[in-house]
Amino acid sequence: MKIAIASGKGGTGKTMVTASLTVSWGAPVVAVDLDVEEPNLHLFLKPELSGRQEAFMEVPLVDEQKCDYCRQCAEFCQFKAISVLPNVVMVFPEMCHGCGGCMALCPREAIATTTRTLGEIAWGRSADNAFIMGRLRVGEAMSPPLIRKVQACLSRTDLFDPAADVLMDAPPGVSCPAVNAVIDSDFILLVTEPTPFGVFDLRLAQEAFRPLHKPMGVVINRAGLGNGAVYDLCREVDLPILAEIPYDRDIAAVYADGRVVALSDPRWQDLFRTLARSIQAAVMNSREARHA
Amino acid sequence: MHEILIISGKGGTGKTSLTAAFAHLSHDAVLCDLDVDAPDLHLILQPSDTEKIPFVSGFEARIRSADCTQCGLCHEMCRFEAIRDTDDGFSVDPVRCEGCGVCVHFCPEKAIDFTPRECGWWRIARTRFGTMVHAQLHPGEENSGKLVALLRTQAKALAKENGAKLILSDGPPGIGCPVISAVSGADLAVMITEPTPSGFHDLERVVELADHFRVPTAVIINKTDLNKSVSGSIQAYCADKGLPVLAEIPFDTDFVHAMVQGQAITEFTDSAASRAVREVWERVLQQAAAFDAA
Repeated sequence: MKIAIASGKGGTGKTMVTASLTVSWGAPVVAVDLDVEEPNLHLFLKPELSGRQEAFMEVPLVDEQKCDYCRQCAEFCQFKAISVLPNVVMVFPEMCHGCGGCMALCPREAIATTTRTLGEIAWGRSADNAFIMGRLRVGEAMSPPLIRKVQACLSRTDLFDPAADVLMDAPPGVSCPAVNAVIDSDFILLVTEPTPFGVFDLRLAQEAFRPLHKPMGVVINRAGLGNGAVYDLCREVDLPILAEIPYDRDIAAVYADGRVVALSDPRWQDLFRTLARSIQAAVMNSREARHA
Repeated sequence: MHEILIISGKGGTGKTSLTAAFAHLSHDAVLCDLDVDAPDLHLILQPSDTEKIPFVSGFEARIRSADCTQCGLCHEMCRFEAIRDTDDGFSVDPVRCEGCGVCVHFCPEKAIDFTPRECGWWRIARTRFGTMVHAQLHPGEENSGKLVALLRTQAKALAKENGAKLILSDGPPGIGCPVISAVSGADLAVMITEPTPSGFHDLERVVELADHFRVPTAVIINKTDLNKSVSGSIQAYCADKGLPVLAEIPFDTDFVHAMVQGQAITEFTDSAASRAVREVWERVLQQAAAFDAA
């Protein structure tokens, strides 16, 4: 099963929860960092990396020997990645979404492909668990293509046990990067905090992810801080609360020290083991419900 | 006119709480929430209920099933796996569709419509601290960078019209499309970090981004007493990079208590953290003036 750990608001504790679930799952997992803009999971799981590769996207390369400046590509491109002037073609590779339309429609077959570097993908092991992350190149605007490439790597049987469960640390927010990170999961765990910002963004997150028709559950981090509005919201939109992590300066200090919270205290170990079992049960239940 | 952007790389370091306090302390600033994906500044600033203007950007493909001959060419050509092949025929998955138009162009039956996509809304509103420009991307939508660019254009026009000397913007987390759209051409990027491995790591990436776009940068270390040793490492890193650290603000749950009351921390209390925020605002303004002079 694939579990996505997401939030609306950043800084609610996604990475802390992902790292703690990784060590509490009860079986080896593949821990995946899909927050490719600001990947942090490796800072806590401290994996030994065994491989890395650059990730590319195909972008157009115009052969001006063949081009007759007919402008069809420029008129077609929705992203203004090609501009055709009377006697010159300009390609803006950073604007390209890689749809391949210009290459397919060019009547003179004057458009070949070159690549744009999206960033890199690195993998390795952290104790019994496999690990993989994406890291977006600074200056690259589009994270969804790299997120999809990291997900595609999960099917490499030379690196990952296909039977292992997958825990994915998703990017914050509720727009295309976050949706791309959770779209192939079997369960979405939403991490929030009981503050007005946390509650507002949790509402956005459940609105964004609800159309994907996946089972979801909530972890309330820093419980005791803020107010009770998050509990009202979870009741209103029928989101089960699977765990509450109390507001505790010691937890913040453990995190600030780069340690895994579940390994810092037996209380938190129990909490995350229980959370892991709740998620596993919720996925099983939803599978049975679908087959019934 | 100065455009000051508050960003952080990592979410949850206190961007919005500090922006709200700066908005309280500023005079005649145009206020702007550029985190269009998960905007929170309005929860403190409580803007007036002015009309929301639809944000229409890009297109959405939709197959007219009556005209579709099930040839499957769209499914074959779509690089975003956005064409679903189901028992009921082919259909476009709006969540995956990037609006590239490949299916629309190549459909031999011309059976695919291409309609403008409403991705969110934006508006100009009044707040107790001044005029605010803000927006909301519809959940799950794209084109956040374009909406950020639209808000900045509106904020600049407003500032010009009102003779405002300052645009103060709350930025999005990360380093991707909306951040690039928010940071390029700003006069000063104030980066809020925290002394955790993630806070430090993400600061380095967003500093690199600001460097890439040649935007002057200053740093504030929030929740500094959470880990004195990491705070020290951040200070050393900033010294090495020649980045001014404007302040270290102590960890204070009053930030949350103020938020629950819908107030900026500087309105809510006169605690040590609140006083530190007042002092740092003066330094932000001095820094903006200093970069301007340079």
